[in-house]
Amino acid sequence: MTWLNSHPLTFLVFAPALLGLLILALPNTLGRLSRLLGFMGALAVLVLSLAWLLGHSGAGATTVAEQAPWFTLVGLPVDYALTVDGLNLWLVLLTTFLVPLTMLGTWESIKDRLGTFAAMFLLLETGMLGALMAQDLFFFYLFWEGMLIPMYFMIGIWGGDERRYAANKFFLYTLSGSLLWLVALLYLANKAGGFNPAVMSQAASALPFDVQCWLFIAFAVAFAIKVPLFPLHTWLPDAHVQAPTAGSVILAGVLLKLGGYGFIRFAIPMFPAAAMHYAKPLALLSVIAIVYGALVAMVQRDIKKLVAYSSVSHMGFVMLGLASFTVIGTQGAMLQMLNHGISTGALFLLVGMLYDRAHTRMIADFGGVAVKMPIFTTFFLIVTLSSIGLPLTNGFVGEFWILNGAFLSGFGWGRIYASVATSGVVLGAVYMLWMFKRVFWGPENKDADCGTHHLHTDLNAREIAVMLPIVVLILWMGIHPRTFVAVSEAPVVALLQDAKAPAIRTFVLKPAVHEAPAADTAAHDAAPGPGHETPAPAAHEVHR
Amino acid sequence: MNKYFWLIPILPLLGAAFNGLLGKRVGKSAVTFVGLGVVFVSLLLGISAFFVMKGMPDHRLVLNYGEWMATGSLQVPFGMVIDPLSGTMMLIVTGIGFLIHLYSVGYMHEDEGYARFFSYMNLFVFFMLTLVLGSSLVLMFVGWEGVGLCSYLLIGYYFETDFAPAAGLKAFLMNRVGDVGVAIGMMVLFAGFGTFTISDILTQAGHLAPEVGFGVLTFATLMLFVGATGKSAQLPLYLWLPDAMAGPTPVSALIHAATMVTSGIYMICRLAPVFTLTPITMDVVAWVGAGTALFAATIGLVQRDIKKVLAYSTISQLGYMFLGLGASGFAAGFFHVFTHAWFKALLFLGAGSVILAMHHEQDLFKMGGLKAKMPITFWTMLVATLAIIGFPGTSGFASKDEILYLAYLKSPALWAIGVLAACCTAFYMLRLFTLTFLGKARDPHAHDHAHESPTSMTLPLALLALGTVLAVWLGWPKAFGGDFTIEAWLTPATTYGQLHAAHGEHGSHPLAWVLASISTLLGLGFAAFGYFSYKDGLAVSEARAAKFPFLHRLLLNKYYVDEGVELYLLRPIRWFGNVLWKLFDVILIDGVGVNLPGALARVFGDFTALFQTGRVRNYALSMALGGAILLYVFLK
Repeated sequence: MTWLNSHPLTFLVFAPALLGLLILALPNTLGRLSRLLGFMGALAVLVLSLAWLLGHSGAGATTVAEQAPWFTLVGLPVDYALTVDGLNLWLVLLTTFLVPLTMLGTWESIKDRLGTFAAMFLLLETGMLGALMAQDLFFFYLFWEGMLIPMYFMIGIWGGDERRYAANKFFLYTLSGSLLWLVALLYLANKAGGFNPAVMSQAASALPFDVQCWLFIAFAVAFAIKVPLFPLHTWLPDAHVQAPTAGSVILAGVLLKLGGYGFIRFAIPMFPAAAMHYAKPLALLSVIAIVYGALVAMVQRDIKKLVAYSSVSHMGFVMLGLASFTVIGTQGAMLQMLNHGISTGALFLLVGMLYDRAHTRMIADFGGVAVKMPIFTTFFLIVTLSSIGLPLTNGFVGEFWILNGAFLSGFGWGRIYASVATSGVVLGAVYMLWMFKRVFWGPENKDADCGTHHLHTDLNAREIAVMLPIVVLILWMGIHPRTFVAVSEAPVVALLQDAKAPAIRTFVLKPAVHEAPAADTAAHDAAPGPGHETPAPAAHEVHR
Repeated sequence: MNKYFWLIPILPLLGAAFNGLLGKRVGKSAVTFVGLGVVFVSLLLGISAFFVMKGMPDHRLVLNYGEWMATGSLQVPFGMVIDPLSGTMMLIVTGIGFLIHLYSVGYMHEDEGYARFFSYMNLFVFFMLTLVLGSSLVLMFVGWEGVGLCSYLLIGYYFETDFAPAAGLKAFLMNRVGDVGVAIGMMVLFAGFGTFTISDILTQAGHLAPEVGFGVLTFATLMLFVGATGKSAQLPLYLWLPDAMAGPTPVSALIHAATMVTSGIYMICRLAPVFTLTPITMDVVAWVGAGTALFAATIGLVQRDIKKVLAYSTISQLGYMFLGLGASGFAAGFFHVFTHAWFKALLFLGAGSVILAMHHEQDLFKMGGLKAKMPITFWTMLVATLAIIGFPGTSGFASKDEILYLAYLKSPALWAIGVLAACCTAFYMLRLFTLTFLGKARDPHAHDHAHESPTSMTLPLALLALGTVLAVWLGWPKAFGGDFTIEAWLTPATTYGQLHAAHGEHGSHPLAWVLASISTLLGLGFAAFGYFSYKDGLAVSEARAAKFPFLHRLLLNKYYVDEGVELYLLRPIRWFGNVLWKLFDVILIDGVGVNLPGALARVFGDFTALFQTGRVRNYALSMALGGAILLYVFLK
């Protein structure tokens, strides 16, 4: 037990993989047992992660870390370093939460090679947790790439009709982005003499600015593909549509988050000047992603593809928040990552439940589902509302913070971009509710070949048990978001301070002075450039 | 007592949760008990809170319940403010809301979704109270979006039909467009004042120099007004309200007449000191209001569906309210909210009573002669009709007259538009009333089976009629010997935080008499015109329609705005989405960017594979060639 006490993170990261390998060793005939074993293991990891990690953060100290020298790679020391702190605590918990939940939610969906599937799932969990916790860039890189393999198999083996194309596309797309990044990583490690992020940041800051920019671009492209940021998003719809439900949930729920997480953990702190230099193009691409993803989602005929494109739009919000370089926007992005994990994960689960029954996902094949499956409809509606950011659900808080953060951003583009991005809120409602109307409402579709006709049963107890915690979280995050962002506030503030992010831009509204009317009572401020301090009116606390 | 006031909004929420989760299991009487009970207790608590507030020296009761969303410099607490404005609105929502809940017991008693209906209605009351009582713009926005959701759910209540879901969707999306305006307006105000708390914004705004108004604040208030045009169905975002009549009639009365659609007016009153600083916005508000009042009223002239007539009437009356606000008559505009809540709710519930009696027939042309069959409905509808056409002495007269008077002081043209709209109102209301209750039955079969509604429906009608009559005491205009009580009452709220409240120009009493005489006489004239056109059936009006076929078709088809929006806005957007998808994603990014390199790599691979012939002599040849080249290079 003493080993466990000093190595909780090691256990959390590698226990799933060990169990996975064990399951792989079991004969194929024990598939059902393997499935159960995998689920119990994932559940245990969830319980332990909650107990250990929340316990630590409750005491005020939010960091759990393990560090030891590991090996040297061509003379460069690689550390075995795992950390859970304010920036990744909730993403780690999101992962440990979604894995068992998804296993339970797709219990009946997978029909063949149950054991292999469970093993892949557990290996994937190790990859994700490792990537989230690794505090050494080489170590991180290993997990980052390692994660691809189980996901590749999940899509390639258990996917839809075009699974091979989708799996290859997913793998090659991501890999090609990462290769450039690996070059940058090795270059910088060589300069720094190691893969420790702190040392590397220091080395990076000593480099000429244009070199920093190139390095940042290499990092950013790798992470942006994962997010995915327009125009690097086209692997996503294929991967989502072809992946089995469980794959889609984890892909949307956790893998995409790693892109955003990569920015806030590595790309931005290591190259703050370059990151701010490219804040505008990043924000522009984010705004395009928000609007573009929504417009394309609107014209989709396959529900799953619609949800996939909605991910592009929602993750655009995350990137906009990060690019704003404000506390409000960055915290909004942190929350929005969790929101998206919960809401979009839930949407994929729900679409999977519908597909399992009707064997189609085409919107036109449905109509009047509400009559046949009232419980399912209620859950779908709640998740839809969360996805379109209705107040008191999680979606609202994240988007609201991001938009306000972007609007207040110290960069000149903030106000325009934020205003344009709000149109994504309308379009989000358009594609989600229009789909909801066509699938669930209206007269029952009596066509014998259609989807509605094949719906005989509403959700069973297992499926309800999967959806209930999601609904609780949707409301909890919407009503008391502090639970989920309190720990990241201090690291985010520190990050932006270190980056010397420009102060937020306010409108200067000067109070009337009765003795001597001020001549400069201008309504609009004189548009100071980035980094320029703008005096805020009284009672307005200036924050970065 | 104060420590229970948080229950005012929360009780209806609990009622909604109870009826939503357990409603199907517990049976109808339990649903009724909970659904009505929570609103009633809310009303009682509201009355008590109202009097507590009245007893406070500054007429403000501020209650805070901790932090909601805080990060960086952005703080939004959960908090309620009860002042004369929000207090009055709260009582309208819970009071009239309760009567409509009571009415629904009778109206919905045969419906399978009884529990679902009351769950949504309670949820609506919760969100509406959040909108009204919320201490910050963000909480107001919570309510703002929340009532939109309930409106969506209740319009689409008959979800297994074709039209109701479409109407619900339209309402929600059009409101969302407006909500974006509100969101942007809020962001601008936050960037300017550094807070979302309404009282802090007003205090800061009260200290601003007037010149400030022309820039940032004008933009902010215009954006907020965009939201108001959505929620309160003004030009150009009014299109959803007529369709919203697809919902059950009590919904139309509560949400689409008495409360939710007046949120836009409420918001402007709430932020009156900020709007006062922005004369451009005030002009826009006044002109949009006047334009909408007339525009909608002309459509109302020819509609056949009894609820559609009332819907256009609501849009038109909401236009009056905005006209009043734009003319700086915050009290006048809000007074019309108050009187309209009574008489329009009454009109809708009366219409519902008629519709039920006629077995869900909503076509005016098939009604007639119901006076004898439904005396209570007849008399209460008469009270409401007299009020809405501004018959002297009624509450509608008082509030409309005050608005028209202020409009005249702002611009005689606004007054003229308002009077014209009033003439239309008088005509279509008498048309509706005559076609429904007077003359001969045009559908004898339905007429034979018609009967007066049960007590649970007629009692609310009677109480609303009483309210319609009594409402006048709150604001009998000064020009006619009253003291327009509501103005003095609301002033602390509409001028909150202002250093020196502006005192509007108040003209002279003779002017008020002249204006009122003109508008009243014209109104009565058109009312008589409406009555005589329809008292003997449809022949007169059909002959008239035949004389002006183009105008008649234009009005009947609502100026073809819906068709135009579909053709010139929605279709291009869908087309654009398709182009983006097919051109960008499929052809450009995936085709050229991803699959082309993939294909090239394959071609290149196939090409190089040609050299892997597996024949030793080929390899030997290439080795020899390579060696020769190397030798040449190094030895040269």
